[in-house]
Amino acid sequence: MKKKRRTMLYIPGNNPAMLQQGGVYGADSLLLDLEDAVALNQKDSARILVRNMLQSINFYDAEVCVRVNHLDTPFGLEDLEEIVPLQPDAIRFPKTETVEELAELIKIIEAIENKHNLPHDKMTIHAMIETALGVQNVFEIAKFSKRVDAITIGGQDLTADMNIKSTKDGSGIDLARKMIVMAAKANKIDAIDTVFVDVNDEEGLRNETEYAKQIGFTGKAVINPRQIDIIHDVYMPTDEEIRKAYRIMKEFKKNKKAGIGVFAIDGKMIDAPVMARAAHVLELARIDFDSI
Amino acid sequence: MKNIIGREVPEYIEGIGKIDMFVGAWEKLKKGWMDEVTISPPNKAKMPHQSKNCLNLEEAIKKTSPKNGMTVSFHHHLRNGDNILVNSIEILANMGIKNMTLAASSLNEVHNPILKYLKDGTITKIWSSGIRGEIGKAISEGVLDIPVTIHSHGGRARAIHTGKINLDLAIIAASAADEEGNATGSFGKSAFGSMGYAGIDSRYSKQVIVVTDNVVEYPCVPNSIRQSFVDYVVEVDSIGDASKIATGSTRITKSPMDLRIARLAAEVIEHSGFFKQGFSFQVGAGGASLAVAKYIREKMKKTEIKGSFILGGVTSYGVDMLNEGLFNAIFDVQSFDAAVCSSLIENRKHIEIPAALYANPYNCGCMTNKLDVVVLGALEIDLDFNVNVITGSDGTIRGASGGHSDTASGANLTVVVCPSFRGRLPIVKKSIHTVVTPGETIDVLVTERGICVNPMKPELEENLINAGLNIRKIEDLQQEVEAIVGKEKEVQYTDKIVGLIEYRDGTIIDVIRQVKRDGQ
Repeated sequence: MKKKRRTMLYIPGNNPAMLQQGGVYGADSLLLDLEDAVALNQKDSARILVRNMLQSINFYDAEVCVRVNHLDTPFGLEDLEEIVPLQPDAIRFPKTETVEELAELIKIIEAIENKHNLPHDKMTIHAMIETALGVQNVFEIAKFSKRVDAITIGGQDLTADMNIKSTKDGSGIDLARKMIVMAAKANKIDAIDTVFVDVNDEEGLRNETEYAKQIGFTGKAVINPRQIDIIHDVYMPTDEEIRKAYRIMKEFKKNKKAGIGVFAIDGKMIDAPVMARAAHVLELARIDFDSI
Repeated sequence: MKNIIGREVPEYIEGIGKIDMFVGAWEKLKKGWMDEVTISPPNKAKMPHQSKNCLNLEEAIKKTSPKNGMTVSFHHHLRNGDNILVNSIEILANMGIKNMTLAASSLNEVHNPILKYLKDGTITKIWSSGIRGEIGKAISEGVLDIPVTIHSHGGRARAIHTGKINLDLAIIAASAADEEGNATGSFGKSAFGSMGYAGIDSRYSKQVIVVTDNVVEYPCVPNSIRQSFVDYVVEVDSIGDASKIATGSTRITKSPMDLRIARLAAEVIEHSGFFKQGFSFQVGAGGASLAVAKYIREKMKKTEIKGSFILGGVTSYGVDMLNEGLFNAIFDVQSFDAAVCSSLIENRKHIEIPAALYANPYNCGCMTNKLDVVVLGALEIDLDFNVNVITGSDGTIRGASGGHSDTASGANLTVVVCPSFRGRLPIVKKSIHTVVTPGETIDVLVTERGICVNPMKPELEENLINAGLNIRKIEDLQQEVEAIVGKEKEVQYTDKIVGLIEYRDGTIIDVIRQVKRDGQ
């Protein structure tokens, strides 16, 4: 079943208390950050802390990703050398601009994995798009490797790169948002929206999340655990969606028992993608598929 | 000997006498009456048109002819802004009164200045529902020879009815009063809300002084204290620090951790079987506890469930829920913020209640007995769900029993909300320093790391599991916490008993021992 990625909680890699508690808030995904949240003079201590935390802390059901520093920095390679052997669920690569960068990243990751006798198909890569060039190349980036299973947009850096002001309506990065979603959808991978920075504006967060959901984002990055519930609420399927999904899955089970592969409901054919979507809806609604 | 919940409590304590052992939360109530007899209110008379006014607090206190060994009482509705208790004790001490019993409904940091009177023999005995600040620390270190008694709010009313706390003088601060002593806390510059804990003192104390910084024209209405119980009235410049008395609206916490716990607790309540039309509800004012109200409010609106009443310590948040029509009434024994005052005056469905009606187990039905859902905090909780709300991790007294055991005993669903550890200190533990509320009255524990249902409540557990909530064993949670924070260094105690934890029915559920200092 497809993993839920409605929320991705950023946790600064140099904050032990926050790392320790990261798993308790119910975020679908955790992003242990070695990059922008960490001051230059704390990069090594954050790396060591995250490395140790990955081995000792229970993050419960959350997907655990580590955002490493870019390979252009003096820290990127060391980050990978420390983190890749621990095989978190994913590595997030910041400021992805070209497939060449991605190729280099994957080469390094796989070399480290080879060194430690680790498979190449377990840990995935999230490519983060934070520049105009990255946006222009996003389709190729999303398509480049099977290891890339999510594309994310970094709104703050993108507005800086575009030399525009960050506004609440997000108009400046709207095209980028849509291009990223389209690239992700075309390659059947997830698209994660940028953070909503005003943690006290619950209504603003709700509106922005509703828009993100509407244009196709799988989920949204989160900078404060208080934002999680609102985003989950927005992504909660409607009663009608749940009923429809329930019916599809019930029919599927019935037909499977009778040995029928493809079937129709109300004259419409139900195939694998429709079923995957139905299963996802039930999971979001916390309905146990096996109980149907 | 070990009592029924395995706490080591001596059968006899010097200065106290024979100990009445805790026998279970409801065991003594089953009889339908209590073994202790109740006392009569004092026998007094006044001449027609006799003035009650005194020039100042000192004159009023002198008129009551204080004597050595007397018991003097105060309420704690002024929160941390109170200066009446300290001023009164200073006056009594300056008069040379010794060997007093202090029966304050609760003691806070603001009362720290009386510590010197515990040291010099002015005060030798204390009854209170809670003790914080330096006094708690000093008591834990053994400053008094006779152990203090920590009672619940309901237990205090019971103890006054029975004369176990035999009041000689009640000094009652009010934010408004008239010349006859009709008094209230609901208006005036120092308004603090309900005077629920003071009513019984006015009825049973041999002498009663009302102190106010706002004498109003006769009659003072509405009033919580009636003139027929008041001997003297004193006007002072200020009953305390208005900024700490007349607090604004209590805000819901922004702590992600508290909110997370609160959200889980609200889900527990929603699926417990008790979240239904006409349910009654109580939450505390602190962190996660009040935040539960936020989520319950949303759920009530969404499901169109209308509750019966809100009980207890009341915040402006509860008042908002009343005004929105989510509940029929509020019963207010203590206002947690002064922002509720206008509601108390203007809304006839916001009803001030005295402590005995609130929680005294020995009457024909206290309000806590009618409670469906209560959400409570904890300083520590053990594997049997016993809760400590009085002593801190270092074993010293720093909390309050308050209405914890009263509401837990009465409610159909008692939810304890707390983090599983704070800093490096475990909250969910194998063994806790002190038991205030017995585990048999706690139904479910909600922490950030999971929900634990008391094994005595299998039906509740089933309901919650069916709702898809992740329920885990408290033993597993405790082990996880220990793996994170490590084993605590054990607090060392001497044999000296410095405090008794009186359960609401008058039995002793636990004792507090003196914390050992280096070299002791």
